[in-house]
Amino acid sequence: MKLHTLRGWRLAAAGACVIALGAGVAAQKLQINGAGATFPYPIYSKWFSEYNKLHPNIEINYQSIGSGGGIRQLTNQTVFFGATDGPMTPAQLAAAPGRVLHFPTVLGAVVPIYNIPGVTGELKFSGVVLADVFLGKITRWNDAAIMKINPGVNLPSTPIAVARRSDGSGTTYIFVDYLSKVSAEFKTRVGVNTAVNWPVGLGGAGNEGVAGLVKQTPGAIGYVELIYALQNNISYGSVQNAAGEFVKATTAAVTKAAAEAVKAMPADFRVSITNAPGAGVYPISSFTWLLFYENPSNKAMAKTMVEFMQWALGDGQKFAEELGYAAVPAPVVQLELAALKKIKL
Amino acid sequence: MKRFVGGAGDRGFRWATGSFALLLIVIVVGIGIVLWRESILSIRAFGFNFWRTSIWDPVAGNFGAAPFIWGTLYSSVLALVIATPIAIGIAIFLSELCPEWLRTPLVFLTELLAAIPSIVYGLWGIFFLIPLVRSTQSSIPAWLAEFPLFTGAPYGVSMGAAAIILAIMIVPFTSSVAREVLRSVPLSQREGAYALGATQWEATRVVLHYARVGIFGAIMLGFGRALGETMAVTMVIGNSARISWSLFEPQYTMAAVIANEFKEAADDLHLHALVEIGLVLFVITLIVNLGSRLLIWRMTREGRPRVAPQAAESAEAAA
Repeated sequence: MKLHTLRGWRLAAAGACVIALGAGVAAQKLQINGAGATFPYPIYSKWFSEYNKLHPNIEINYQSIGSGGGIRQLTNQTVFFGATDGPMTPAQLAAAPGRVLHFPTVLGAVVPIYNIPGVTGELKFSGVVLADVFLGKITRWNDAAIMKINPGVNLPSTPIAVARRSDGSGTTYIFVDYLSKVSAEFKTRVGVNTAVNWPVGLGGAGNEGVAGLVKQTPGAIGYVELIYALQNNISYGSVQNAAGEFVKATTAAVTKAAAEAVKAMPADFRVSITNAPGAGVYPISSFTWLLFYENPSNKAMAKTMVEFMQWALGDGQKFAEELGYAAVPAPVVQLELAALKKIKL
Repeated sequence: MKRFVGGAGDRGFRWATGSFALLLIVIVVGIGIVLWRESILSIRAFGFNFWRTSIWDPVAGNFGAAPFIWGTLYSSVLALVIATPIAIGIAIFLSELCPEWLRTPLVFLTELLAAIPSIVYGLWGIFFLIPLVRSTQSSIPAWLAEFPLFTGAPYGVSMGAAAIILAIMIVPFTSSVAREVLRSVPLSQREGAYALGATQWEATRVVLHYARVGIFGAIMLGFGRALGETMAVTMVIGNSARISWSLFEPQYTMAAVIANEFKEAADDLHLHALVEIGLVLFVITLIVNLGSRLLIWRMTREGRPRVAPQAAESAEAAA
């Protein structure tokens, strides 16, 4: 009883301190709101909390409402910055009230996962095989096209059950962007978007939905984010890159894809790096972007966010690896630091 | 003690409650207007074809809602077919046949079923129902698998799984309303039947006939719930836009596609098409409710001499 009271007092005292502290800081506290992609949410929330520790008067709030929602809210100017997994389209850029700039923050990748009864080894996929499977043209696991690139694997005649995202998603965007580059038929029949008209398959919501379908359905194939597969110890297949090598996704192989892309980097960073050329490159990789107005009305926020970006592209990148993201390669960071000067302060 | 005296207090009370009722109308109309306004691009682009065509292609900007409308109606009707006999059976047992000591726990359990969040049903569906459906499908004989109701690859996630989940979810609603309706049937009805030498089954039929309007209302309440259910259905139905009679084919519903695609829909037309699906769902729900209201109205008029005010009221409340 006595202890109880004592603890109560202590809590109250601590609470009072916090309130007093809060009141003191609140005077010059800067709150900045952003919204967008769910895929980079873990690292963004890590960044914003770490940055808040360094600069206690700066509080950056991020709502992971999805890339589409992020672009909409940025366009309506209800948030200061947006975030997206697929670069804004020319139509979306034109719809925004001011010029919008893209800044790559980290990289992610999408990996094929499968559940084939009796097969424990790692499978190899080529882009064309993946496209044909997701088009419903390859329907059995022992199809000649799959057997040919997986010699020595005893593939059964089990029918292939395709699992894909039912919700609109940046993961889908990256995956179909890759398939559209390697298969002309996929490009014309399905195309690239966060949600597409899949010719076959079952829809699961989120990475966990797709992974659940694959795990539960014998003969299933699906795609999830690399991070999700790593964190949940899901085994995944390797994919043939543009140089002809079969590469298993790692954060290093993803960063390499971005490093290869630097040679052809457009000034606005709106670039797809799927099926990137070069050795050791994982082909289903992509940047994720933060979006800012070139000439924001709130200069205090603009200055803060530029400083934040300098930190995120520098010290912030060290958090990428532990959270399963691939870091932005140094040459791209240099380009971005230069581009940050475009924001009118 | 001060009391409201005479007209002023009454008028104020009437005015206050009346304005609440009016608020309800304003809300319904307001929802309709907002849905219409936010889907105008899609309404202009596709017109009535939106209801009929079945291609849903966000890349090409081509939208037709037929598979979703089909999926919602088919799954709800299937759920109704499964749930109604069970729910009415429960209601009859609880109100007519159940021993007193068992009634309270059973009533508590049915109401508990109604309180379980739908995502919990969805999880149960994923881990229990779907493997069960898959193994059932794998074990049906080949000649039966040719039958249109049973075609398709054994995925587990399917229209049938969705219908079963929906049925389980609406049973407690239908049965508790139906039970209330049966309880409101005057005892004299049963006594009269027994006095004429009726068996328990015959007496129950008399009670059922007396309460049929209210029971119909209870069934429609369940149907309304099935139409709008989102979470549990999207977790087990397979989310594939197609129209099929098969219980084993993955399909899609209106509520599920809105929940799935809304947050990432960056393109205006896509967004408006999703909102129009909401509008379609809204209209279908209104039609179903109006239809059942009309049916109840006709039934009460035909059976006026036999229907007591309480039963009719319960029916109206249920609808």
